Amino acid sequence: MSTTVTTAAGTGAPPARVPLSDALARHRTAIIGGVALVALLLGAVLLGGGSWPARFAVDLSGPLGDASDWIIDNRDSHPLFLYFFGHISNAVVLSVRAVYLVLLAAGWAGVTAAAGLVAWRLAGIRPALTAVAAFAVCGLLGMWVPTMQTLALMVVAVAASVLLGALLGLAAGLSDRVHRALRPVLDTMQVLPAFAYLLPVVLVFGIGVPAAVLATVVYAAPPMARLTALGLRGADAGVMEAAASLGATGRQRLLTARLPLARKELLLGVNQSIMMALSMAVIASVIGAGGLGDRVYQALASVDVGAALAAGVPVVLLAVVLDRVTAAAGERIGAVPGRGSGLGWAVAAAGTVAVALAGRYTGRLSWPDAWTMDIAGSVNRAVDWMTAHLYSGVPVIGGTADWAARFTTWVLDPVRDGLQWLPWWAVLLLVGVLAQLIGTWRTALTAVLAMAAIGVLGVWDPALDTLSQVLAAVAVTLVAGVATGVATARSPRLERLLRPVLDVFQTMPQFVYLIPVVALFGVGRAPATVAAVVYALPAVVRITTQGMRAVDPVAMESSRSLGATGWQQLCQVQLPLARPALLLAVNQGVVLVLAVVIIGGLVGGGALGYLVVFGLAQGDLATGLVAGAAIVCLGLMLDRVTQPAGKEPRDA
Amino acid sequence: MRRRTIAAAAAFGLLALTGCGAADMTKQASPYADAHGARTVTLSVQSWVGAQANAAVAQYLLEHELGYRVDTVQIDEVPAWDALSQGRVDAILEDWGHPEQEERYVADKKTIAPGGELGVTGHIGWFVPKYFADANPDVTDWKNLNKYAGRLRTAESGGKGQLLDGSPSYVTNDRALVKNLDLDYQVVFSGSEAAQITQIKQFAKEKKPFLTYWYKPQWLFEQVPMTEVKLPPYKEGCDADPKKVACAYPRTPLRKFLNARFADGGGGAAAFLKKFHWTTRAQNEVALMIADQKLSPGEAAERWVRKNESTWRAWLPK
Repeated sequence: MSTTVTTAAGTGAPPARVPLSDALARHRTAIIGGVALVALLLGAVLLGGGSWPARFAVDLSGPLGDASDWIIDNRDSHPLFLYFFGHISNAVVLSVRAVYLVLLAAGWAGVTAAAGLVAWRLAGIRPALTAVAAFAVCGLLGMWVPTMQTLALMVVAVAASVLLGALLGLAAGLSDRVHRALRPVLDTMQVLPAFAYLLPVVLVFGIGVPAAVLATVVYAAPPMARLTALGLRGADAGVMEAAASLGATGRQRLLTARLPLARKELLLGVNQSIMMALSMAVIASVIGAGGLGDRVYQALASVDVGAALAAGVPVVLLAVVLDRVTAAAGERIGAVPGRGSGLGWAVAAAGTVAVALAGRYTGRLSWPDAWTMDIAGSVNRAVDWMTAHLYSGVPVIGGTADWAARFTTWVLDPVRDGLQWLPWWAVLLLVGVLAQLIGTWRTALTAVLAMAAIGVLGVWDPALDTLSQVLAAVAVTLVAGVATGVATARSPRLERLLRPVLDVFQTMPQFVYLIPVVALFGVGRAPATVAAVVYALPAVVRITTQGMRAVDPVAMESSRSLGATGWQQLCQVQLPLARPALLLAVNQGVVLVLAVVIIGGLVGGGALGYLVVFGLAQGDLATGLVAGAAIVCLGLMLDRVTQPAGKEPRDA
Repeated sequence: MRRRTIAAAAAFGLLALTGCGAADMTKQASPYADAHGARTVTLSVQSWVGAQANAAVAQYLLEHELGYRVDTVQIDEVPAWDALSQGRVDAILEDWGHPEQEERYVADKKTIAPGGELGVTGHIGWFVPKYFADANPDVTDWKNLNKYAGRLRTAESGGKGQLLDGSPSYVTNDRALVKNLDLDYQVVFSGSEAAQITQIKQFAKEKKPFLTYWYKPQWLFEQVPMTEVKLPPYKEGCDADPKKVACAYPRTPLRKFLNARFADGGGGAAAFLKKFHWTTRAQNEVALMIADQKLSPGEAAERWVRKNESTWRAWLPK
């Protein structure tokens, strides 16, 4: 699934430097090194060591606590809530309810038929069969009603995200100024871990569906906006010229030339929005979104991996079906323009109605209880067996608990202690130098400012703790991911084999595998790292594979004819040529690992993740929001430090 | 012409938005409630299994004896108060004492009404496994804890003994306690009860010593017998200043709370939830079926209800 590769769509571009600074550029590394050295000496003399000084920090707990009290005290009476937020909240509730009632009224037969027929019309017969099978499995697992609740929430959230994203993208696509203004906003939204802004949304809207839908929209709208803008900007100049010369007005040109030309990007945008929304649907269960996410979350509470999996599988299936159907639809629209046959759609609609009515009159509206199977028992037995045999006492290599302890002692502790031991100004300097070496002065400035903001917020130490976990997890992810990616690039069979595995890793709600991870690695930072690796690995594997495949076959061929061995070919041709893709893999690895850091707080990861979870659980805006903001800053800093396409303005 | 249409549409939209007047933020039911034309009660469930047991039995009886549809939502304790005040959930069945929230919602805003006691008394404390306490009887007094710090060390506790703490939503003074009692321990937050239980079970499987924050009533005691460590005794008000706490946790009679509007107009369901009152043993029985035998909460509730008719008959409104 191409879920997460939106950050830097334009990768392969070589650095384009201003000719004037050519000489400067040639000695860039040396210059930066020299400046850094001078700064290091100056810092040591003038500023001394130690962690972020308290006099540069601002304590926000007072004002944030007041704000939170004000909201709670005035939520039932202040006009801002009564006439604005209240109506938004009601509108969301009404629309989710409407969709939910329609789904219930159609019954399981109607919904399954509709899914199959729509998939058939949009994407063809195979996706249609997949869709039918997927819905049947949701029913078989006894998850029909929660699946419908999640689907209702998704429909509304995706519709809102697509609408909002398309509007923003339209503005950005048509106006350069809007485009420039919007880009940093979208960048920020993309590195924002979803958990971090659940709390403020909850405070305003309260626990429940409206807050969940709005949080989802914030998360899912940016890819749509980016891709819409990208599509509109990429319209073929020749076609536009022709349209203009035919005397078309601006609006006509937009409707008849630009938008149709961009439809592939638009559909990809819809696809991405759906995937983001679905991954959020589970996280939002923490704030009472109900549906499948809530089932996973409740199963987690009674330490029941089997039940969590039973609720997690429908999430994965929904993701796979929606992804395949929208992706296939995108390809079709690109290939066969103007293929809108009314007859097919009429058949589909009639079929759905017929099946739904048949279901209604045979009295089988809700999924029959007799048709469910219970996978929880066998899954739990399998997990118990695994944890009982792998946890410790495995001869020679030691059990997973020993590995976790060693990883904590030999990797996590030294990195954390090292980072926390560094004087605060040295950390800023390091960040600046790294960002400068990989990106530009601008990205370096953003990175340093983001890092400084963390200090000002007063969470310097926990942030460095989190950073150490991120670095360790990214390192593991990259080693494993690039190795796998290289292997899959060479063997299409392996790739086919791995594809479903990667799909599952990427879409399975993290709550499902938290318990097995704790059972294997104990409570602490090690299991948090493992959870992050599991989540970030698929994207790294996919990007690496794509990058390696894209290496010019001529270069490969010529190196082979020069007698290079497979290993030499890999190290000296393929990897260097795939460098932009590898850098993108690093960037994505970092962003995705960071997204799981908060989840790691649920298994003893501590640091910022724990503080955010604490804030949510205790309704403590000051703690939660500050930690959330620090994670955002950390994300911005890491994104800038690893931003591969930094020298070329990103194309969306 | 077109411009006029747009203006009219905009005006109509605004009218539609404001025409219905003020939105009532205290009436915010879940969109999934009352589907199928059934009367729905929404119960909040907290993440521990005891709370699931309360909700499961209440749900079973509401559905099978009183003809309601029940939705359950899992929410942490403090946000649950907020949700209760807004009407997103109708009841909390097990509250461990939140004086601040009570002050705000019950006394000031009057959006939440007390629903009486649950019948179960809660107690928080520090526990070590029985096998460890049997071998080292003096570990059950806090004064001797420092002696054992070395044996309770883990990779996560950084050279000190590990005191395993639970979910961030739980009431805890442990950081202050460790500091004020001068203990050579590091509080390690497991971040969720699920993680904590999993870790305790793994320790117990290997008969390793551990020290953990834990609470009663809890089904895990049946699987992993644990002995409480004596802390300096609790006296009224000794935990008033969260930074200076140096005493044990109190015993808390657990209480129920209802949304005020629901308490008045909730009919049979509200009357039933107010009367719901059972014992620690009964709750543990159901909790154990859910957590240990992996029955679904519904099945566990059904088994208990079959066996204990005399108990729950008294809860039904006449």
